[in-house]
Amino acid sequence: MGEKILMKGNEVIGEAALRAGCKHYFGYPITPQTEIAHYMAKRMPMVGGTFVQAESEVAAINMVYGAASAGVRALTSSSSPGISLKQEGISYASCAELPAVIVNIVRCGPGLGGILPAQCDYFQAVKGGGHGDYKMVVLAPCSVQELYELTVEAFNIADKYRILVMIMGDGILGQMMEPVEFKDKEEIISVQKNWAASGTKMNRENNVITSIYIDPEKMEKHNLKLQEKYSRIASSEVKVETYNCENADIIVSAFGSVARIVKNVISMAEKEGIKVGLIRPITLWPFPESEFLKYADVPKAFLTVEMNAGQMFEDVKMAVNGRKKVYFHGRMGGMIPTQQDILDKIKEILKV
Amino acid sequence: MPTVFKRPHALKEVSMHYCPGCTHGIIHRLIAEVIDELDIEGKTIGISSVGCTYNNYEYFNCDMVQAAHGRAPAVGTGVKRANPDNVVFTYQGDGDLAAIGTAEIVHAAARGEKITTVFVNNAIYGMTSGQMAPTTLINQVTTTTPYGRSVEKHGFPIRVCELLSSLEGAVYIERVSVNDIKNIKNAKQAIKKAFQVQLANKGFSLVEVLSTCPTNWGLNPNEAIKWLENNMIPHYPLGNFKGKDLEV
Repeated sequence: MGEKILMKGNEVIGEAALRAGCKHYFGYPITPQTEIAHYMAKRMPMVGGTFVQAESEVAAINMVYGAASAGVRALTSSSSPGISLKQEGISYASCAELPAVIVNIVRCGPGLGGILPAQCDYFQAVKGGGHGDYKMVVLAPCSVQELYELTVEAFNIADKYRILVMIMGDGILGQMMEPVEFKDKEEIISVQKNWAASGTKMNRENNVITSIYIDPEKMEKHNLKLQEKYSRIASSEVKVETYNCENADIIVSAFGSVARIVKNVISMAEKEGIKVGLIRPITLWPFPESEFLKYADVPKAFLTVEMNAGQMFEDVKMAVNGRKKVYFHGRMGGMIPTQQDILDKIKEILKV
Repeated sequence: MPTVFKRPHALKEVSMHYCPGCTHGIIHRLIAEVIDELDIEGKTIGISSVGCTYNNYEYFNCDMVQAAHGRAPAVGTGVKRANPDNVVFTYQGDGDLAAIGTAEIVHAAARGEKITTVFVNNAIYGMTSGQMAPTTLINQVTTTTPYGRSVEKHGFPIRVCELLSSLEGAVYIERVSVNDIKNIKNAKQAIKKAFQVQLANKGFSLVEVLSTCPTNWGLNPNEAIKWLENNMIPHYPLGNFKGKDLEV
């Protein structure tokens, strides 16, 4: 490992992207993720890369569409309202099977909402915020170190499968400073992008990047191809952290920043003789269903804690599949669940 | 016997889907001839847009990228920034460029993106069956202006060349027409110059081509040509707006 330095989450995303070989960033200012753009504006010229401040989120994602079509690693970042604007491009790029990375440093909504942290874009990210049957790989880091590692990995996954990968953080993760240890060299997978629109050089058939298939049979065939790809990803790219689940009285599920709060709750509860386990999905899609099934018979109940009205909650319920009751505790509007509130909820469920 | 006329190499040997009398085919051919003459097929990327020409990626032999409605200049920006040695052109209609894609075209031009836009203005939405376009003329009947476009209800048609000419980043702007042989030849020269401007790295270039839509205008091809001459050219004057003397 290399040097350990103190950095802000948003800046780490920028640095990680550069280390992953991404030299094309297209963005638009929005709080609380704008430091990514600041970082890229400063660093891209140093590495001969491209930084474009687009006229809108819509334009930024379409610039990513263009750059990815041309075969380069491309990144855009935004926060919730901006990600809503990108949904058109996300759907098109998914259909055209373009590899790229999108960062959403989630803020509270709906509407213009507020600038404080939330996890209320879970549905939008994992269920398809744009039109059509498509999936993105959605990664949910919980520390600045993981933000770095998963950002690098996001580019690899994107290239490996020709898919969009979203890094979903929140205002806490984007804004906080933590020590991060960068590797001396990143593992970057090498993929031949012989499908890219980078010029035929008159020595091959022309390449076409498109998301339109007017013939219904071709459109269905393409959809089936996408679904087959999603199945492959679902069976090989699931990431999950399981902590303290053996013999747990209750298993709490949380992702991102909230999972760290839950980890503190685990030690608080232990002092009161309550065994709390944690299942932290790192890939929100593909969702680690089997991990929930594996432990479904262990606890008396499940609890999901989120900064929203209960979104991952639905996926946990589906994964547990009625074998245990699943409870929910959440805060919204930029309010953050406290350790005490979570512990109180656990005690209420366990009636202790 | 010497060959006096042949299909440009940059144009695929397939039949096009355009309606009889539509001038898209002529414009495609002009672009392909220019690509051949400049010998840039191997490094050219075309950006198809949304409208009747959504699938013109099937007609060109260079690499092609299909873009969402109005977003071709943003997609073109991404393609060009990724590989600045490529030649990038967008092919957009009036609904695509002057309505839903207004922000993208204005800012690509303002940034002086080294791309070329061929803007086809036929004063109507073709693909969706004849609705009012931003370039629909006053009193023109369309399916969404069944009583004719009125200033009071629908406002004025947009003159794109004049609008974009105020931007420093747009260095070559010309309006042409494909209604007769003379104008077709002028159109080709303008398209060629626009590509040369890009090759010389000068900035953003755009050629607006006045075009016919006999199907949605409800006219036969000859009448459509006459309608273009009598109605469109007076409102959309032909000529160079910027960059006539640009050294390329």
